[in-house]
Amino acid sequence: MAVVAMTVNGKAVSAETEDRTLLVYFLREQLRLTGTHIGCDTSQCGACVVHVDGKAVKSCSMFAVQAEGAEVTTIEGLAKDGKLHPVQEAFRDNHGLQCGFCTPGMIMTAVDMIRRKPNLDRETIRHELEGNICRCTGYHNIVSSIEDAAKRMSGATR
Amino acid sequence: MITYPFKYRRAKSVADAETLLKGSPDAKLLAGGQTLIAAMKMRLANPSDLIDISNLKELSYIRASNDAVVIGAATTHFEVATSTEVTRRIPALAYLASIIGDPAVRHKGTIGGSLANNDPAADYPAAVLGLNATIKTNRRSIAADEFFTGMFSTALSDGEIITEVSFPIPKKASYKKFPNPASRYAMAGVFVAQTNSGVRVAVTGAGPCVFRVPAMETALAKSFSTNAIEGIAIDANGLNSDIHGSAEYRAHLVSVMARRAVAEAA
Repeated sequence: MAVVAMTVNGKAVSAETEDRTLLVYFLREQLRLTGTHIGCDTSQCGACVVHVDGKAVKSCSMFAVQAEGAEVTTIEGLAKDGKLHPVQEAFRDNHGLQCGFCTPGMIMTAVDMIRRKPNLDRETIRHELEGNICRCTGYHNIVSSIEDAAKRMSGATR
Repeated sequence: MITYPFKYRRAKSVADAETLLKGSPDAKLLAGGQTLIAAMKMRLANPSDLIDISNLKELSYIRASNDAVVIGAATTHFEVATSTEVTRRIPALAYLASIIGDPAVRHKGTIGGSLANNDPAADYPAAVLGLNATIKTNRRSIAADEFFTGMFSTALSDGEIITEVSFPIPKKASYKKFPNPASRYAMAGVFVAQTNSGVRVAVTGAGPCVFRVPAMETALAKSFSTNAIEGIAIDANGLNSDIHGSAEYRAHLVSVMARRAVAEAA
């Protein structure tokens, strides 16, 4: 057991944890940030995607100790002052979810993809979503949500 | 999924990692961890210690000259895929890196980790063998033809650490992959290159280990065109057969991917 310290959603946090604790368990069970989901045991579903030092990663595929000193953003960190992030707004407006289980990972992946590729077409969005599985198969509206969000965000920065 | 217990150590340098490895025979190096951690979660791997080299700046770089592109072992797939130097000098290599796994995997996974692991369906072994690259370790340089020795096995010995990979710049090159739709691993991936040392055709995903296709190389050396390899069949004997596809299916895929790669490069 060792104390691991990092910044999560802008707040400094530290907790005693085993070396083998995956980042996703650290977030969910030690910090009680249960918005990050676990949808598989095989690192394939993407429900656990968070940002570590500004990059989308699967929090089930790294240990909490690896994030020592890092800046972590989870789905809980996207809304600011009670206002949803534009990607969250777009998912709501375009009905970009069915059961909602994969949604946190979809949104964290979408935020990362829009930052890297502001001009997204539907084919690119589908390729970029290769690491996120929606078992309701609700991809059509998820793609529309991301396309809409990218447009709104490029408008906002112009 | 909880792994077996292990001790985590963050190496301060390659030399430090070497010392740490010497002290614990059942330790493993941790780079991107995108294969190792999944294997540990399934309890297929049980290292006593993980020695983390992913943050070592001395292993993370891309250097390019007119002859070669040299990539540090801890450079991520994302960094290779988006590097202007790699895209300009060996576009097939940047493309290959851009279709490994998915974006989150590419943000963590490293070239050194992929090569040390030598998964039968990994992408990088095809580029290393196809481009006749050289793998440099903390002890020596290893030619691509000597490096991959079998399924999940390499010429690396205990305590040896990959430090960089040097890719000679080819005249022409292309990579075509038929991915498994769920995992994005190659069902068959073919890297074709016209290099200073001749034409090379390297196949990943189809067999237990990346391999070359001498019959295609000879034919392409005479005429670098899809027609030249049209009639060359791949022997299904010894190829992988699993729920995703039979050996015969994979043999056929290799021919198709090879022709697509040649068509793009030619």
